[in-house]
Amino acid sequence: MLHTFVALVEDKPGVLTRVASLFRRLNINIISLTVGHSERQDVSRMTIVAEAAPGSGHRIKASLFKLENVIDVDDIGQLSCVTRELALIKVAATPHNRAPIFQLAEVFRARVVDLAPESLMLEMTGVASKIEGLIQVLSEGDNTILEVSRTGRMVMRRGQHTSRVLDAMRLSSPEEEPIIPVTTVAGDLGRELLSEDPNHPL
Amino acid sequence: MSETPESAASHPTRLTGAEIVWATLEGEGVREVFGYPGGAILPIYDALRKYPIRHVLVRHEQGAAHMADGYARASGKVGVAIATSGPGATNLVTGIATAMLDSVPMVCITGQITSKLLGTDAFQEVDITGITLPITKHNYIVTRSQDIAPILREAFLIAKSGRPGPVLVDITKDAQQGSADFDFAAAAPSPHRPHPMLSAEHDAITEALKLILAAKRPIILAGHGITESNAMDQVRTLAERLQIPVASTLLGLGAFPASHELSLGMMGMHGEAWVNQAIQQSDLLIACGMRFDDRVTGVIASYAPNAKKIHIEVDPAEINKNVKADIALIGDLREVLETLLPQIAPRRDTTWLRTVNTLKGDAAVRDIRNLPDLGHLYAAHVIHDLWRATDGKAIVVTDVGQHQMWEAQYYKHESPRTLITSGGLGTMGFALPAAIGVKIACPEKEVWVIAGDGGFQMTASELSTIVQEKLDINIAIINNGFLGMVRQWQEFMYEGKYSCVSIVAPDFVKLAGAHGIEGMAVRTRAEVLPAVDVARHSGGPFLINFMVEKEDAVYPMIAPGSALDEMIRRPSKNPLIETSEEP
Repeated sequence: MLHTFVALVEDKPGVLTRVASLFRRLNINIISLTVGHSERQDVSRMTIVAEAAPGSGHRIKASLFKLENVIDVDDIGQLSCVTRELALIKVAATPHNRAPIFQLAEVFRARVVDLAPESLMLEMTGVASKIEGLIQVLSEGDNTILEVSRTGRMVMRRGQHTSRVLDAMRLSSPEEEPIIPVTTVAGDLGRELLSEDPNHPL
Repeated sequence: MSETPESAASHPTRLTGAEIVWATLEGEGVREVFGYPGGAILPIYDALRKYPIRHVLVRHEQGAAHMADGYARASGKVGVAIATSGPGATNLVTGIATAMLDSVPMVCITGQITSKLLGTDAFQEVDITGITLPITKHNYIVTRSQDIAPILREAFLIAKSGRPGPVLVDITKDAQQGSADFDFAAAAPSPHRPHPMLSAEHDAITEALKLILAAKRPIILAGHGITESNAMDQVRTLAERLQIPVASTLLGLGAFPASHELSLGMMGMHGEAWVNQAIQQSDLLIACGMRFDDRVTGVIASYAPNAKKIHIEVDPAEINKNVKADIALIGDLREVLETLLPQIAPRRDTTWLRTVNTLKGDAAVRDIRNLPDLGHLYAAHVIHDLWRATDGKAIVVTDVGQHQMWEAQYYKHESPRTLITSGGLGTMGFALPAAIGVKIACPEKEVWVIAGDGGFQMTASELSTIVQEKLDINIAIINNGFLGMVRQWQEFMYEGKYSCVSIVAPDFVKLAGAHGIEGMAVRTRAEVLPAVDVARHSGGPFLINFMVEKEDAVYPMIAPGSALDEMIRRPSKNPLIETSEEP
């Protein structure tokens, strides 16, 4: 089954190798791994999706914790969360046959981000199944997909949840570098976002 | 480190990177290191002359790692090994993996080519942090002088905290040659990151207590973690208060006194029959600082089928890894037991103990001293006699193989850190160098190496180190002319068809003599005790070459793929036969 982990790691050289090497050692295939900055300057955030036996989540999480550069790990499991993936899809298209692709893009809420004489590029954000749906309908038509680039999944738990470890570290060293301010989503906009169904087909 | 001189360096001093290495080690309480110089670590060796640290020059860097390992196992302090870049660093690898598998606190310092040349395949360049990534608890490459002190201090903290392990610090030559302000106190590592999985939760404690109080046939499984967590008294109290018998892993031997009436002895592949039978019949296993290694469980599916399992362990990754725990108490063993003990009242029900003692039967009262001397020399005799002669008080450092299991069976260890052996990795060649580290950590203790004729030849060059360092180490070679354990497996599992297990050895007594070490060969039972006596009173290192029965086997044995109570027993042709157990 697919396991999803969110790991907060130190932003230092070699950390990605350590994380990747752990999965290699456990003989577990990584389906996708995304890394980027977090709300703290010295902390990177990884979302790791891996195919592993159903009961192995605890051990993977505990093994990740053993890496000195890993600050916190969350095993997402069935927890309520928002999952997103970004895809760039380049499709062969001339001025004559662009129109149907534009229509598909609109239905899928994809955006056209590049237009060239013989190709166009779509940008699409959503859950994996949504992206796969777009790729499928594009290939079912007369279109030729030239390139696909996908970021892999990013996951964030819904609601108030934040890392207990980072919270504890903040309390223990208040003079450390300031946290990058994050504007809170509140009110109607927040509710609207929360009500969005991540598994909605479109 | 008890006497960390935090105040000694409260004012920054300008030092070279190389000097910072030694000043930091000194601050961490290091008095002895094991190493071998080379090009990329020349500045560090040059700076050593200014610092009051004893450097033991080894004959091969693998020896340096094993010495640091033996030093750490015997003393409980962090062992330090030093090597140059390239081959010096790669030679450490086996020793680092050995320490990793047995959770031994160790810091390895390697020289590295200058940072500008990294990645160019420069002379003696090797990516040692890449190579050791999966066999260290953590590793670092340091390219700036000012980073040396904080990183080394952090390395010491990581090596000894939680579940201990080896840490490697690779320091480029330019970082050694450059200079920086040194302030030991200011380089202190920040407190270790909080570990949210490291709390024995209240509910789990309550559940554990329920299981313990309800158990009719409990057994304590005593592992290496008892020594690491210094929980000997707590485990003993738990055992005595509820009259729970204690079975030990190989690395757990000594953590619970062998002579204690509740001590069962070693469990697992070469554990005595009654220990494994008791585990199979048990209704509650209280695993203390052990990891259910495949060598102690036999086939998992049939392991202790009726027992609930309480797993007390500092490393959350060990929980449910091999054996599914009913209750996991994650945390420092001593702290967990101290939480449990006040809630446990003494119990005097001895039904289970009587059952276990019945399992022991005649086998437990067997005294191999009384067996007839038929002119054969058996390793079991040798080790038993060595135990008697040393009153069980020596620190015994074993190699890996048959002699290691005989040692575990016949040398009774009463206190922790008296059996030094490579359990997890099973590293042949470990004994001699590790014993050097042990002797340097505990100069007042009697130290015996027990090694086979195969493993001894792997690192025999360290005999020179013993001489150069004037160390009083006694060596018992259990010489059967075979790679005995492999031969035994070929006998049992490959229809006695031997492949590459007959091994020629030099005359070990002459080899010792060539190093200026006294020695003698022993061929009969009657010569054992006198030879041991000569060795003990020789006033220096001494080697005894015990020419034992060539095709003896370690019994009992659980063959791979068998359940814990399906064991191969001693056959009747062996004079060590337990007649009462004949089928």
